[in-house]
Amino acid sequence: MNFLKKILTKSGKFFEEGKPLSWAFPIWEATDTIFFSTEKQTDSGPHIRDNMDIKRTMFFVVIALIPCYLFGAYNIGYLHSAATGVSSSVVSDFILGMSYVTPILITTFVAGAICELSFAVIRKHEVNEGFLVTCALIPLTMPPDIPLWQLFIGTCFGIIIGKEIFGGVGTNVFNPALTARAFMYFAFPTKISGDKVWAVGPDGYSGATALSIPANPVEYDTATNLFSQATQFDFSTSNLFWGLIPGSIGETNKLLILLGAIFLIYCGIASWRIMVSSVLGLVMTAGLFNLLADHSTNAMLTITPLQHILIGSFLFGTVFMASEPVTSTHTNKGRWIYGFMIGALTVIIRSVNPAYPEGVMLAILIMNMFAPLIDYYIVKSNINMRLSRNA
Amino acid sequence: MEIFNSESKKIISDPLSINNPISLQVLGICSALAVTIRLDQAIIMTIAVIFVLCSSNVILSALRNFIPNRVRIVVMLSIIASLVTVVDQVLQAYLYDMSKQLSVFVGLIITNCIIMGRAEAFALKHGPSKAFLDGLGNGLGYGMIIIIVSFFRELFGAGTITLPNGGAGYELFSIPEAWYAAGYENIGLLVLSPGAFFILGLVIWTQRELFGIEEGE
Repeated sequence: MNFLKKILTKSGKFFEEGKPLSWAFPIWEATDTIFFSTEKQTDSGPHIRDNMDIKRTMFFVVIALIPCYLFGAYNIGYLHSAATGVSSSVVSDFILGMSYVTPILITTFVAGAICELSFAVIRKHEVNEGFLVTCALIPLTMPPDIPLWQLFIGTCFGIIIGKEIFGGVGTNVFNPALTARAFMYFAFPTKISGDKVWAVGPDGYSGATALSIPANPVEYDTATNLFSQATQFDFSTSNLFWGLIPGSIGETNKLLILLGAIFLIYCGIASWRIMVSSVLGLVMTAGLFNLLADHSTNAMLTITPLQHILIGSFLFGTVFMASEPVTSTHTNKGRWIYGFMIGALTVIIRSVNPAYPEGVMLAILIMNMFAPLIDYYIVKSNINMRLSRNA
Repeated sequence: MEIFNSESKKIISDPLSINNPISLQVLGICSALAVTIRLDQAIIMTIAVIFVLCSSNVILSALRNFIPNRVRIVVMLSIIASLVTVVDQVLQAYLYDMSKQLSVFVGLIITNCIIMGRAEAFALKHGPSKAFLDGLGNGLGYGMIIIIVSFFRELFGAGTITLPNGGAGYELFSIPEAWYAAGYENIGLLVLSPGAFFILGLVIWTQRELFGIEEGE
């Protein structure tokens, strides 16, 4: 470590004010603080004595995402061999999956780094590690066969329009990773709209996803029956949980997402209130729709709350996107409202509008927009309450 | 009076650069979003707006000493509405398909804030020749922005560049089939209204960077 420290300290001299490389100071600074804590000290209060600066926080989120990557890669290989009918070992499945995941990951990080570094150099701010999390999240929300140039454009859009134009990490209104995904969802609907299977198979290989089966039923039946009739994939409740189903790379295995959630809550990074209340919102809305299902021919209404939690990317979105500290609400009461509305809106968008089979992305973006308003009224009502108490 | 002194030049060049009606005053956004799907629509719309803006400015400026202050809005509206009706009828007579495509947005020139705004802010206070130059400048400023926006929207959204030529237009350029075969896709988002907002936002950003204009100055 001493060796590394020496190199970094020595090379740092070239990036000081007035030296030829001073324009690249943010890049050097970012490299330096990855390995060592900063020597900068706050000179005015309040002080928090803790090693958890933004950089460590962001790294913890990335750590929580790694299992999803590994399983996502295995799942791509598994579905491929299921589609071709050739049986293969776990290792060869995983290697095949990695050959799809790695280019996606590299493209995202290259695009993210170009945008982030150029803004850091031009706007003269430090490189914000937020882009690491954004770039780690984007591939997990993508289908494995996404064209890389579309991914590149989408990532640049997410980083620039979703984050940098609002002033960088900490001042953005919308989750940058979801902004990127929403852009690609509307810009390139043929690849990512969600009504076709996202699995790597032989040419022309296609099928219905768990969400589009009840959205486009041949004849009206309950969702549970429709799932059990599906022969192409195993949509039983247990397999929906274990995640050997087609979907975005990171969303399928619910156990790993739950482990990630526990890890993030234990480290104090993500808010458990948001996660719990969004599940609550989803369960209550789905339950209400179940009651109404008898009066409608829309099979989406018959999906049980448990199935709603397990199909699609609801859990992934709730754990890693909705609870993100910047774009969610900051008051505890606000977090309950915010999460509840995300759960409720997810079910409403999924069930009522068959044009959008998956609603989590749009639900979170809509609530991102309302988060400051919720906080404003919570704070205001608290002020009023205290005023009237002391009047 | 001299037409090409520095003041006249400023009247024309300001709306194109530091005082653009769309990108800096943020007026006339409605039509900037609606008619920018194809380049030829934007060009026809620009010509229509320049005609209405110049004529209304000149007429109102000539009448400015006879219009009672309290009913000036009514007078302005009736003059602008007559001019827009003329444009609408001419389009229907000679460019029927184009008039179908532009549909209500020709009629909505009446409510375009730029025209009322220039009449109120400039034409009622200056002579006809200056008012004409102001109308021309603002019309060109409006046209410049919607032509830029529609260029990018059409090129990346639909993969073509269409110049006005009758109703169907003349296709100047289209992305070769080989590109599509190689995996290129049009960005469907740009054909939708949010796409216009994004492009317009980027144009405003670029323009403010170029002229060094900060919010609140």
